[in-house]
Amino acid sequence: MTAILVAAPVISIFALAMHPAPDVWRELTAYVLPLAMIDTALLLGGVGALALSIGAGTAWLISLHDFRGRALLLWLMPLPLAIPTYMAAYVYADLFEPLGLVHRTLAVWFPLRDVVAVLPNLRSMPGAIVVIALVLYPYVYLSARTMFQFQSAEFGEAARTLGASRWNVFWRVSLPMARPALAVGLALVSLETLNDIGATEYLGVRTLTVSIFTTWLNRGSLAGAAQLSCFMLAIVAGLIAIERYGRRNVETEFSAESPRLTPRTRLVGIRGWSAFAACLLPVLLGFVVPVLFLLQQSFRRGLLANFDLSLGRDAFNSVAFATLATLVALALGFATILAWRWRPNLLRLVAMNISQTGYALPGLVLALGLLTPVLAIDNGLNAIAGWLGRSLPGLILVGSGAAVVIAYVIRFLAVPTGLIKAGYERIPRDYDDSARAAGAGQATTMRLIHLPLLRPAMLGAVIIVFVDCLKELPATLLLRPLNVDTLATSIYQFASRGSFEDGALAALLIVAASIGPVAWLTRFSDVPSGPA
Amino acid sequence: MMKFRVFAATAALLGLASPAITTASAENGEVNVYTYRETKLVQPLFNAFTADTGIKVNVVSASSGLEQRIKAEGTNSPADVLLTVDIGRIDEAVAAGVTQPIKSEAIDKIVPAQYRDPDGHWAGISMRARVIYASKDRVKQDAITYEELADPKWKGKICIRSGQHIYNNGLFAAYAARYGEAKAEEWLRGLKANLAQRPSGGDREAARDVAAGKCDIGIGNTYYWALMMNNDPEKKPWAEATRVILPTFQGGGTHVNLSGVLLAKHAPNRANGVKLIEWLIGEKAQKIYADSNYEYPIRAGVAINPTIAGYGKLNADSLPISKIAANRKAAATLVDKVGFDN
Repeated sequence: MTAILVAAPVISIFALAMHPAPDVWRELTAYVLPLAMIDTALLLGGVGALALSIGAGTAWLISLHDFRGRALLLWLMPLPLAIPTYMAAYVYADLFEPLGLVHRTLAVWFPLRDVVAVLPNLRSMPGAIVVIALVLYPYVYLSARTMFQFQSAEFGEAARTLGASRWNVFWRVSLPMARPALAVGLALVSLETLNDIGATEYLGVRTLTVSIFTTWLNRGSLAGAAQLSCFMLAIVAGLIAIERYGRRNVETEFSAESPRLTPRTRLVGIRGWSAFAACLLPVLLGFVVPVLFLLQQSFRRGLLANFDLSLGRDAFNSVAFATLATLVALALGFATILAWRWRPNLLRLVAMNISQTGYALPGLVLALGLLTPVLAIDNGLNAIAGWLGRSLPGLILVGSGAAVVIAYVIRFLAVPTGLIKAGYERIPRDYDDSARAAGAGQATTMRLIHLPLLRPAMLGAVIIVFVDCLKELPATLLLRPLNVDTLATSIYQFASRGSFEDGALAALLIVAASIGPVAWLTRFSDVPSGPA
Repeated sequence: MMKFRVFAATAALLGLASPAITTASAENGEVNVYTYRETKLVQPLFNAFTADTGIKVNVVSASSGLEQRIKAEGTNSPADVLLTVDIGRIDEAVAAGVTQPIKSEAIDKIVPAQYRDPDGHWAGISMRARVIYASKDRVKQDAITYEELADPKWKGKICIRSGQHIYNNGLFAAYAARYGEAKAEEWLRGLKANLAQRPSGGDREAARDVAAGKCDIGIGNTYYWALMMNNDPEKKPWAEATRVILPTFQGGGTHVNLSGVLLAKHAPNRANGVKLIEWLIGEKAQKIYADSNYEYPIRAGVAINPTIAGYGKLNADSLPISKIAANRKAAATLVDKVGFDN
């Protein structure tokens, strides 16, 4: 069921790709692909490494340590997620460009020319890597945290008694045990990076995704673009396969005998402050700076004083679409993994893997692929109504916005599936067997054992999917009904007129809509420190 | 089975909670517009149209793929009118077979022949020129040709956005249409060699880079400069550091991007669609276009906004738009071939 849902647009893209486009490929392989592959690899590698170190590092500090300010950080850390990558790119380019705020400030003390020479050029590959990693690290952070905080105490303690330093425990015990979750987080970061077109194009980086767009728009070859998409899907599948192969023998399940949680180590003095500063820095750069910039622009442009009422409606649409999509994605993701857990078979394995491909498709490609099946249903319904002599209902799925929700579900289903699967991998099957031996049915086992243990993973998934839906742009643009806008599409309209700052308030509303669930959910996702 | 119930429940929920339900069986007083222009820009136009005619305008805007959507919607498509930003999209919609001839005397009379389809499938409604933002301090020339941009005297002095952006694609296609691919390639290599940095940013950034001294010449569209100058105090210094020069082809005119309009093949409100199209080339709409977005009106005799008029008299290139469209693909290939964006 889930697999069919997700497979529909993929099949539709394959069908598009069936049309031959030999000219396009000759040109692409000669002039475009070599460089696009290198740029894509550099960007993915750079963003991945940076996001992984920030995300895993901060998650480890916060999950296994206690220090002053931890409670504040707990809900600050995931917030950069609420900043769309293209928005971060605009803001940082604006701040660091010559004539930007940083420049003007430095120019108070130094001659202009020297400042220009010293400032990094953000419209470059390194600039893109830093900017994108700063807003995407929470994917790693959120998934890593769910693992770190459930890490059983005895492994670390055993290592410590054998003389391992805290660093050694981190590198050789905690990190390897969190590997499935880190892999999920890293995969999300990579796919989100691969998907991005706004930030990368603006910053002058040419990835495969950018090539797909120009192939379609400028060469007029939808078939060529679809083939490129398939090519990209193959690469993504390859990466996932390598990752799976890499950890085929790693057992990461709990110790069944003693699920005692690691007590948090208390850091005081300079250590505590360093930990606090290390966690605060990425939030400052990934969240606080962009938000302050947007606030300043909103005030300066009088956006708050002359509040545009249509923004309220856009915000409602955004939240409604995102909420529905999150609920459906969570339910479908859980059902898929549960089916696999209870009775793994080849069909379900295939289904599970297919349900993760949506994230690998660039948003617009997904939307294009979705057009055919969704509208086929709509047109079919009209045909049936016409045949029955009823008045034609019109395009129901597209006209109601259901198509947008379907697109979101397909696109982000990989998040709950991936996180819940990683969560389940930490629940030994012994638990299921014991429960069954004690006479509990599947439903009881799920309710009493699985769900409580999976809660952090599910809450993490809810945050990520909800916020991702709020930010989603290309599929929303193409599939939304007449007269409907979301916050993201509203920002896009300003940006495409060349003044993204006029969309500052809409961007802040995305942040505001995200802060609620993030704050609320992180409260529940923090488990108490190990038993006193 | 459980999964099916979940799905059924969700489907029901979707039906109830959807933010907007629109009916495709539009009443007489409606027209549905699919647009590549931002709604914030076209909404004032549509409001005025509704005030004039009592016809309600429903809008959906996107950045790409609208013709694919109309195609997939098939005979049930609610689309009546498609508004585009650029010749590229016009071309694509016609190629996708989702349009029908407009058949309007008003259009034939008002829109110059070079800005409409011989078969009547599309018509231009406004124009933006692709021009030069030149440094006031460092560029002494008052006239520059597009050909000259490849001259080594500009080495390291030109800033431009991605060569694959539709605005540049249009300009490069015009060059290829005029001189052929071989010449265009040579010119692009020359232009590439003159760039101060890797193509990035947007048209505004070209002005900013000039203002910051990164380069002497930025390539951009006419209206961005006017927007910075008049609508954005923060960006005003960027515009003020530059002056706009309307470049021309040697022995020709200035390259313009055409925003156009098409009538959907299965338009359910065809008559209203034609009414809207004719209204858009009417004096009132053309005036709104000129003043709210600083564009060149397609209709002769409508006053050009003073800021835009200040650039000098526009002598638009006479090459038929359809010829330029035919060279888009070649231009895209050339950009990759010479590694323009690398």
